[in-house]
Amino acid sequence: MSAFMAVKTLPSHPVAARSTPAGKPSSSPFLAPPSRLRRLFQQQQDRPSSSISSSPSLPRRIQAVSAADVLGSKIDSNSSPSNVVISREEGMELYEDMVLGRAFEDMCAQMYYRGKMFGFVHLYNGQEAVSTGFIKLLKREDAVVSTYRDHVHALSKGVPARAVMAELFGKTTGCCRGQGGSMHMFSAEHNVLGGFAFIGEGIPVATGAAFSSRYRREVLKDASCDHVTVAFFGDGTCNNGQFFECLNMAALWKLPIVFVVENNLWAIGMSHLRATSDPEIWKKGPAFGMPGVHVDGMDVLKVREVAQEAIARARRGEGPTLVECETYRFRGHSLADPDELRNPDEKARYAARDPIMALKKYMLENNLATESELKAIEKKIDDVIEDAVEFGDASPLPPRSQLLENVFADPKGFGIGPDGKYRCEDPGFTQGTAEV
Amino acid sequence: MTNGAKPTSIFPGQRSAAQGYSSGTASIVIGLRRAPPNQRSSSLPPSPAFPFLFLFFFFWRPRPGKDVGTREAGVGQLASVGKDEKGNMLGGPLRRILPEISRLPKGYSTVGKEMTVREALNSALDEEMSADPKVFLMGEEVGEYQGAYKITKGLLEKYGPERVLDTPITEAGFTGIGVGAAYYGLHPVVEFMTFNFSMQNESRVIGTLILFSAAASVLGATVSVGCLFDEFKPAKLGKGAGSMEFDLGIVAIDHIINSAAKMNYMSAGNISVPIVFRGPNGAAAGVSSQHSQCYAAWYAHVPGLKVLSPYSSEDARGLLKAAIRDPDPVVFLENEILYGQSFPVSDEVLDSSFCLPIGKAKIEREGKDVTITAFSKMVDYALQAAEVLSKEGISAEVINLRSLRPLDRRTINASVRKTNRLVSVEEGFPQHGVGAEICTSVIEESFEYLDAPVERIAGADVPMPYAANLERLAVPQVDNIVNAVKRACYRSVPMAAAA
Repeated sequence: MSAFMAVKTLPSHPVAARSTPAGKPSSSPFLAPPSRLRRLFQQQQDRPSSSISSSPSLPRRIQAVSAADVLGSKIDSNSSPSNVVISREEGMELYEDMVLGRAFEDMCAQMYYRGKMFGFVHLYNGQEAVSTGFIKLLKREDAVVSTYRDHVHALSKGVPARAVMAELFGKTTGCCRGQGGSMHMFSAEHNVLGGFAFIGEGIPVATGAAFSSRYRREVLKDASCDHVTVAFFGDGTCNNGQFFECLNMAALWKLPIVFVVENNLWAIGMSHLRATSDPEIWKKGPAFGMPGVHVDGMDVLKVREVAQEAIARARRGEGPTLVECETYRFRGHSLADPDELRNPDEKARYAARDPIMALKKYMLENNLATESELKAIEKKIDDVIEDAVEFGDASPLPPRSQLLENVFADPKGFGIGPDGKYRCEDPGFTQGTAEV
Repeated sequence: MTNGAKPTSIFPGQRSAAQGYSSGTASIVIGLRRAPPNQRSSSLPPSPAFPFLFLFFFFWRPRPGKDVGTREAGVGQLASVGKDEKGNMLGGPLRRILPEISRLPKGYSTVGKEMTVREALNSALDEEMSADPKVFLMGEEVGEYQGAYKITKGLLEKYGPERVLDTPITEAGFTGIGVGAAYYGLHPVVEFMTFNFSMQNESRVIGTLILFSAAASVLGATVSVGCLFDEFKPAKLGKGAGSMEFDLGIVAIDHIINSAAKMNYMSAGNISVPIVFRGPNGAAAGVSSQHSQCYAAWYAHVPGLKVLSPYSSEDARGLLKAAIRDPDPVVFLENEILYGQSFPVSDEVLDSSFCLPIGKAKIEREGKDVTITAFSKMVDYALQAAEVLSKEGISAEVINLRSLRPLDRRTINASVRKTNRLVSVEEGFPQHGVGAEICTSVIEESFEYLDAPVERIAGADVPMPYAANLERLAVPQVDNIVNAVKRACYRSVPMAAAA
């Protein structure tokens, strides 16, 4: 029960000691060569009394500027993504997952404009590396919590594409039987705990899931329970109070959680730099006593490397990590967003760093796969998506009786009817004919 | 008990706590400062142009999506409302006629100008901001994005970033900041992206600090305190709060209730909070449970708040102006689907001193047989139901509540005493809802006049589902209102007496 006795501050302050790369100008905080990452994690263990290093001073502008103006040097897209050697199987798995995410989101856009999907739809194009990089390292029992941009998180975690597509169409065969919709993907089987429409709402929920994992281990004495929770959220959320409250508690109780910030620089139309006093989100981790890591979120291999260490840390019981992934969404905030405020140059710059293209290039260069094999994967994914759309189309709409189902886990919550019996036992009620 | 006398405190313009809240006092206070509010009487008699307009609109149907420029609404959203699975309008031919009728000019002789609710809100904000430099806006995406629903379009260019503030996603924080600014004499207009977001609740610490600083300043030098509440003190740069929708309002509800609503009372009139919280409320289309709740009952429950819910453009303009000029916290519940709807407006409404009194309902349609009360989008459905019923010989009187707190019990009861039957319609959940209050008020005050049990129509007692057909079942439709009226009338109303 050591987590609950952590009233004293821990002697070692894990610090995101981002030692400024020697010789490089300090205005490139968003570059993190992978070799430094291992050193980063080791520093916390080796230097217990380290003081918080001074951060590189960042030119802070008040107007909305593109992140590339803040970055000093141009990002070299030809550099080798990582020193990590991945096996062929791993590479194919990553590729397939990212292509699934991309193809699915593109199909969502098509379906939306054809009127089969409605309401709010938020697409994940461009950010696939983050989802794939983290979720493919998780076990089935590990939990994932996300925001309204959650289709791809659900897909990566293993929810079948059919179930997600049917859910988006509002059909009864969807993963939430059509009652949740685009922003609320839940699956108990795959431990996808949502899908939250509110900014910041998922973070306390994720912290609670991590807490339950710790509780199960320590109170219920289930020593084999080492489940990790990964919480995904955006840059706008990092200004929200719930975020800070949860960073504090997760570090205090050393919960097995990884906080992943998908910093795509824009919260609808609000640039991250306009909304945040200190735009470097990774620095908020050390303020609460956990490591804060910045990683290039357009590179799945770098993300995966960081994820491996962060998840291993959580599994070992060393507590939370804050990972800031610099990424970008190629489409607007949602399908109804005209996306007028983003600079086309910025969009073009990031489009050149498309994570799928980058992985493809890496795999071809390192002879991990041939062109035709990758094409075969793409074709397979296209078939999967087509099948999902057909399945969604063919599925029935929810019946009227479903309106009143699942409001409570115990349906007696609807109370006692005028005839003295529980309302839920009245056949008319369960047919959904109760009119209010 | 109301006391219309001028307050005796040293702070000019402050009402004492003993005055309490009554619509009469509110309109007097407004009247002292500005031009007297216009009393809107019931609609003008129909014109001879009516049958020609009827035929015209019968063949030309305004496209539902035309004025929907909402960024989050999406294409085809309105098109899915009111349709069954195959995409046909519900109820066949009858239903096909009704949308035309509901879009006809409501009995004005010369139509004059038409205005969408969006334009009405925008113009009201614009005029109030230019009239009073202490008014400022705060919210997510109100500035550069021109407003999440384009309500604040053009205001950033006109008034600059110091009066139209884009905030980070911190509802509780900036709501608290707005309340603090209001304590200190500014007039913030807080926008919630949805009133669901007004429920967010993290930054109590900030709110506490603001309270402490406000209290400290009150306890400070009396001279400086005397200047604080002077209406004519030049505006300081302050903060404003706003979020985009009232689902987000529950994130900030701590400040709306504890810092704003209760403040005038707790401080015995020392500090009033002239703040407006506005945003869309209730269900849109296909946005599921966390973005579709109607918070009217939540806010109308709290003493110390004024809660307004406009329907037409005239309502929107008049009530928003009244809310901004009001010295008390006002929760202004709009409706996303109504933003794009156009209503005819007279020149009186377009005048910049136009203002509607808070606490007075409007009788949208006169009738003899049954009273239907509604607010916001349900007024549209009630009017459609009244049309259907008039063909069956039942003449329904439709009351647009406009103001939920203070509730215009007088108008409702007078109407029920005339018609002897009541059906109340609302979109929110039934238990402890607005309809419950209206029905109880009528039973308490006009029991002997009732000929039938009061009927209450509300949304289904379930979180809003996502699937389109389930969503339709979860919200009252025109059929439900018609059925309830027929139940209340025992289907035995004398047919000949109508028309």
